[in-house]
Amino acid sequence: MKARIHVTLKQGVLDPQGKAISHTLEALGFEGVEKVRQGNFIEIELTETDEQRAGEQVEQMCQKLLANMVIENYDFKLVS
Amino acid sequence: MKASIIVFPASNCDRDVAVALNEVTGKAPHMVWHGDADLPSSDLIVLPGGFSYGDYLRSGALAARSPVMNAVIERAKAGVPVLGICNGFQVLTESGLLPGVLLRNAGLKFICKDVHLTIERDDTLYSSDYKDNKVIKVPVAHHDGNYFADDDTIRQLEDDNRVAFRYCDQQGNASSEANINGSRNNIAGIYDESTRILGMMPHPERMIAPELGGNDGLPLFRSILDTLH
Repeated sequence: MKARIHVTLKQGVLDPQGKAISHTLEALGFEGVEKVRQGNFIEIELTETDEQRAGEQVEQMCQKLLANMVIENYDFKLVS
Repeated sequence: MKASIIVFPASNCDRDVAVALNEVTGKAPHMVWHGDADLPSSDLIVLPGGFSYGDYLRSGALAARSPVMNAVIERAKAGVPVLGICNGFQVLTESGLLPGVLLRNAGLKFICKDVHLTIERDDTLYSSDYKDNKVIKVPVAHHDGNYFADDDTIRQLEDDNRVAFRYCDQQGNASSEANINGSRNNIAGIYDESTRILGMMPHPERMIAPELGGNDGLPLFRSILDTLH
């Protein structure tokens, strides 16, 4: 089973990288870019085959290491 | 005074701190490898600057979960002073010993230069020798030094007088122009509740002799010795 995890900055946390990307998109001529937020995408291959147990495991991974809960949110999908 | 310096893969200021501590205390500190679960009995623990684990995932995130950090956290909670400089400050926030987080510099650039700092209080383990200096000059060298915490945490830090240093101009004004990296309230360093844990982005260990450009960093190490000797 695979876990596909997105870690993103919480609302209200300044994202200078997102801003820089937004400016560059504008400079390239892309119109209508309102806001860019940059985050991390992490893919983990798990040996666990039970969806509920895998979910609990990934939840723990996110809280203990993959996201810094002071500034980041996470969400994930399990795919078999 | 027995000091231990924790060495992570890609720490690069560990030896600078060792030189500074040796200079002040006359004793060579223990160099403790991150993979060691044993931490020698220490009066002071230093988490040095560098780019531990290549700053992968987030600066300090992987170092904060390395085996030796369990012992560091345990000792810190028992009252052993812990000083985190630059990457060491990032490790302290990632491990939860200090609040907040160090974000990418607001200007997105790595900043390597001498900066001025206000000494916010001169009554702690790390600052008692700064009675005559209200403004000091020390270098910074970081990409992720932009101190961030939510409004409540910032208010708490300010109310409890736990800001150690602020970025300022030569005259000591903590202006927005002097705020090199976008840190909230110009914060360059903070204490924990007991003031025995200090995290700071600037490098006092790189300013300990006139040949290095000044010795404004020396009183920090002397303060520790004066209190702990």
